[in-house]
Parts: sequence; C-alpha cells; structure tokens
Amino acid sequence: MPEQLAFTIEVFLNGLMAGVLYALVALGFVLIYKASGIFNFAQGVMALFAAMTLYGIMNGQVPFAHLINAIFGTDIHYFGWNIPAFAAILLTIGVMVLLAWMVQRFIFRYLVGQEPIILFMATIGLAYFLEGVGDLMWGSDIKTLDVGLPQGINIAIDETTYGWFGYGFFIDNLDIVASVVAIILVAALVMFAQYTKQGRAMRAVADDHQAALSVGVSLNFIWILVWSLAGFVALVAGIMWGAKSGVQFSLSLIALKALPVLMLGGFTSIPGAIIGGLIIGVGEKLFEFLIGAPYLGGATENWFAYMLALLFLVFRPQGLFGEKIIERV
Amino acid sequence: MKYRLGTMAVAGLMAASPVMADLVFPSLSYRTGPYAAGGIPFADGYADYFTLLNERDGGIGGVAARVLECETGYNTEKGVECYESTKGEGALVYQPLSTGITYQLIPKATADDIPIHSMGYGRTSAANGDVFSHVFNYPANYWNGASAAINHILEVNGGDISGKKIALVYHNSAYGKEPIRTLEKLSEKHGFELSLLAVDHPGQEQKSQWLQIRREKPDNVIMYGWGVMNQVAVQEAANIRFPMENFIGIWWSGAEIDVQPAGDKANGFKALALTAVGSDFPLYDDLQKYVVETGKTAGAGDQLGTVPYNRGIYAAMLAAEAVKKAQEIHGVADITSGQMRDGMEALEITEEVMAAAGLPGFGPSFSVSCENHGGEGMVAVTQWDAGAGKFVKISDFAPTDMSVIQPLIDEDSAAYKAENNIDSNCN
Repeated sequence: MPEQLAFTIEVFLNGLMAGVLYALVALGFVLIYKASGIFNFAQGVMALFAAMTLYGIMNGQVPFAHLINAIFGTDIHYFGWNIPAFAAILLTIGVMVLLAWMVQRFIFRYLVGQEPIILFMATIGLAYFLEGVGDLMWGSDIKTLDVGLPQGINIAIDETTYGWFGYGFFIDNLDIVASVVAIILVAALVMFAQYTKQGRAMRAVADDHQAALSVGVSLNFIWILVWSLAGFVALVAGIMWGAKSGVQFSLSLIALKALPVLMLGGFTSIPGAIIGGLIIGVGEKLFEFLIGAPYLGGATENWFAYMLALLFLVFRPQGLFGEKIIERV
Repeated sequence: MKYRLGTMAVAGLMAASPVMADLVFPSLSYRTGPYAAGGIPFADGYADYFTLLNERDGGIGGVAARVLECETGYNTEKGVECYESTKGEGALVYQPLSTGITYQLIPKATADDIPIHSMGYGRTSAANGDVFSHVFNYPANYWNGASAAINHILEVNGGDISGKKIALVYHNSAYGKEPIRTLEKLSEKHGFELSLLAVDHPGQEQKSQWLQIRREKPDNVIMYGWGVMNQVAVQEAANIRFPMENFIGIWWSGAEIDVQPAGDKANGFKALALTAVGSDFPLYDDLQKYVVETGKTAGAGDQLGTVPYNRGIYAAMLAAEAVKKAQEIHGVADITSGQMRDGMEALEITEEVMAAAGLPGFGPSFSVSCENHGGEGMVAVTQWDAGAGKFVKISDFAPTDMSVIQPLIDEDSAAYKAENNIDSNCN
C-alpha cells in the first residue's frame, strides 16, 4: 500500500475516534434541548464539575476544604479514605441528580414559558456559578483522574496493520474505550426514550409541553430527569476527556468542540449528534492532514469544523437530522 | 461652627489614616480561569516572599512591602483594568504575567514612569533597554529559551546536529510563534531540519500534530505550550511512545502539573528552567518559620518548592533586590517607581547576592545595564523524575547563542523604535 494512502486511512480512523469524543459532549446538549428547548451553555462546565466531583469522591477530598479552613482556622483537606472508581461513579451520578433537582427547583421552575433567549442566559449564569462552586468545592489544581481506563497505542492494531500494509496504524486505547462507551450510551438512551414510561413522557414533553401536561405528565419531573441524564452524559465526557488531560478548567471548553457537531447533526437528534461528531472529527483531521498542515501552516481544525457547520447551516439550517421547522400563518 | 466642624473632620481623618510609607508591588494574578493551576503557585510565591521580608526583616530598608493583588484571569482586558486601578497606589513595578498584558502595558507604563518586569515572557526585544526604557525581561527571554533547547540537543549529540530533524510544537498564538525565527536562524547555522506544528488554543485535542510527529519521526521535539496544551502534549507523546528524553519544553511547559497527568510515562521529559528546583535552600527554612507556621501564607501553603512557586519567589526576590539598589542609588528608603526603574537598570545579581538572600545557586548570575535589560540569557535544563515525583536540574545555568539572538533583538527593537518615534534611552 502506498505510504500516503496508509497515512490517510490512519488519519481517517483517528478522526472517527475524535468524532466520538466530540459527540459525547454534544449528546448532553441534545438531551436538554430536545426536551426543554434550552440550549444549555453550562454543559461543558457540567462535564468539568462532574469530573472534579468524581476525583474528589475517589480521593476522599473534603468539599469546600479551603473555605472551611479559612473560616474556622482548621487544616483539613482529606477524609483519609479512598473509594473505588465504580462506587465513586455511582456517588457522582447521585451528585449530578441532586444538581439537576437544584437547577430545576431554583432556576428553571421560575422560568417556565419564558423566551428561549432568557433560558439561554440563565444557563450562562449557571455555567459561571458552577465554575466558581466547582473551584471552591474541589480546588482549581489539575487533578489526575485514574479510573483504570487503558491509554496509549493499541499494540494489536499496530502490529496487525504493520503486517498488512507495512505501516502500523496508531489507534489510542482510550479512544477505543470511548467509542464502545458512546455506542452503549446512545443505545441505552434510545431504548430508554422508546421503551420506558419515563422515556415516552420525555418524548411527549419534547413534542408539546401543553399536550403532555394535559395528559398528566409532570413537566417538573421530566426536566429533572433530562438534566440528570445530561449530567450523566457530562460525567462520561468528563471521564474520557479528563483521562487525556487531567481534570482542569479547560475541560469546560470542550463544549466549543460540540457546537459545530450540533450545528451539523441538529440540536434535536441523538443519532445526529453521533453522525455529526463523526463527520466533524473525520473532516477536520483529513483537512488538517491533506491541506491545513502542508499548505496553510496548520492548526486549521477548529476553523474547519465551524466552516463545515456553517456550510450545512446555509443549505440545511435544522442540521442533518434536526426537525424541520414549519410555521404556518 | 462650620469651621470647627471642618477642623474636627480633618483631624479625625488624619488620626484614622496615619501616613505610612510602604513599597507597593502589584500582583496581576490569575487564580481563576483556564490557567489558574499555574497562576496560583506563582502568586503565592510572589506574595510569600514579601511577607517573609516584612516578618523577618521589617520590610526592605526598613519600609514595609505591600502586595496589591488584582485578579486578571489571564485576560488581557482585565489585566489592563488591574493596571489602571492599582497604579495610583504607588505601584513600583508590574509583573504582568501574560505576554498579551505586557504588550498592552508597555506604552502605558512607560508614560507613567513605572517599570515592567516580564520575566521569561512578553516582548522579547524589550531586552534592548535603549528602546524599551521601562521594560525589563531578565534573566532570559523566549529566544534564549529556543537557543538553550538547541544547545542542549547539541550537547547530547556531541556538538553535531546537522541532518537531524527537530520539530517545534507551539501554541498557535503570538507567544507560541516567538521562537520560530530564532530556530530558523539556528537551523541554518547548525544544519538541522526544522518542522513547525501549530496547536490551536486551548490545545485539548492534538491528535493531528502527534500523528504527524509519529509519521515524520523527528529526533527531537521542542514545545512552547501553555495550560492544558502541555498536559495533552506530554500524554500524546507518551501514547505514540516518543522518547521523553528527546522532548523538551520551554519554562512555561515545565511544571509538575504539566507532567503529572501522564503518570510514569512522562518520566524523562525535559524542561528549560529560569530557577533551580525544589525547596532545599536556606530561604525555605525562614519561609517555614515566619510565613507557613504563622499562618501568613498567601495560599494554602501547599505549593512551596514547586516550579511555578519558585518562579514567584524568584520574581519577588529580584524585585526586592532592585528596591535595595534603588534605595542605595537615591539615598531614600521609600522609593518611587522612577527610582525603582533606576534600581532595576543597575541590578547586579551575583552568587553572593543569591546566597545572602538564602537562595544560593537558585538563579543565574547576571547584570543589567541601560542598553541590556535582558541580562545574559542564562538558562538551565531540568528533567522529570516520575518515580520521585519531581524535576531534577541536569545542567547548570548556561549561556545561549547571543550571536544569533542579539541581531534579532536589534532588528525588532529598531523597527519598534522607528514605528513609535522613540528617543534613545541611553544617550
């Protein structure tokens, strides 16, 4: 196989893997937007908050330790125990459910029926609030998250492809895990939405709030449920991205990678988030490899992702899988 | 009656706010935002050093030091706001802690007669004191860093790197692009092949760049990164099994937090350094006694000896030494910012000065003059020992290739001088 073709296939495969990671972030946006029409600006910060909480619980960190020490003159930082990753993940899910309840109870309950821009502004406020509370609770240092995920080159793929093509492909073990997790997550979400009572109620609310209310669906419960699911997806994204870079503030910026995915896949489609992520991932990596790095000085990935999304917006504003907006007068 | 009330009010005000001289050091810190993990220890080190001087020595020359902290979040606009809001407090010297803020403050601070110390960052050609009268970037700048990295690679390869491939992975910003010209000149001189790999802000996703490195197989990689870009780059290098001993970062890519997330796989990663590493210096005993044990640390007191904390200590120590020099030159203890500038311009850091400050061997010896605001550009190399969980200094502070760097400084500063119609500072 010609070397250039082998390189292109490798870049393509890595683009797919990167796309899965983008899609993981985009999923959280889709869940909330689909059910409530809210574009959740805080989704990236939720991923950061979830990952920080997971780290804190795993390592027995005392929440708000710096604040407690400053007020009471104490010097406590850790409880002195470590919690296994699986149990810590369950506890973190509990914290994210509690956060969902608080978000609904103290913010969106009072904003039902408001304009979408008001709801969007509320999520901006929520993002800044969570950023500050997260730092105050768990500290702003970089945390090494180790939940036992494998990282580094997959030797089997490297050796096999070397045997076939004379060039070993690089595929990161973490990306393989992320892909499997994403497939399971999407399958579970789709099954939940299709085959459970709560899932059907969620879809009913997404279709028409008023109609859902009239048949006895609790809007309050459904919104808490949706924010909890988005919190869970944020935790998964936080674990995957946090394993690559450590848990730190920049995790909240991964939301920027999800925006073009949403523009392309549509804000209301779970499969759209996945397909959009894959197209963005592959597109930006191939563009960087074939054009960006050799001819444009590199670092074209963010630019390309948004340009591609913009093109889609021009020709298909609702995205690939979004619901077409038809307004009758 | 009105007169009596007025007199009483003035008397009351005077009693309430007695005139107390102090030496004001604004700290444009960033304890929040994406770069807080690096900003917090620096700010702690900077503040703790002055606290130590106050507690142990009663200040500098008998005048208390006051650190005036202002949060920038590493945001240029906020940094300028911080400057404007603190300069009226009698600020002696600004450490902008950001290349963007430094660029904005250069004309403002020059007009206000307040010196700037951009240590290891900012506008590199500000080393030319004849043009940049109020900007100092001793002991080393970005271009010294590029040269130091090449010098180290030369040393490892027995002085010959012709035909070698060296890649620069850089933050796609003005900062990250700083070393490119220097490296291009050095590649002409030494005959190595240079490839450039830009990483977009913030640098969370670098798969393309590291796949390219895996394909092109450079012998060495130099990194000019910042924030999350550093942690991801080290992790990606480990993932493609790039030999860590051939991977060298500038001092902004060489803190403990940059390598810890990659665990043992980061072992052997190298970084350039402006200061020594660790806390095995007499000054730290005093810090423990006068600052930590008395609960007067600026932060949680858990950063002592880390790379960014040490850099904060060093910046504060250099500022304090410049104050002493200014006090000596002008014969007053409560100096002004203009006098501080004079002190910085006459600064001479010798091994004796470092030892007297309780920091023997902590930083290089250098001297500043009217023409040279950058010192001698001496840089050390450190290496990460993952087992011990610390950086180890593997070379002394060594000179860099000024035969390449000085013409670049002269060229860039001459262009700035012409553009802004600046008079010579040294004539």
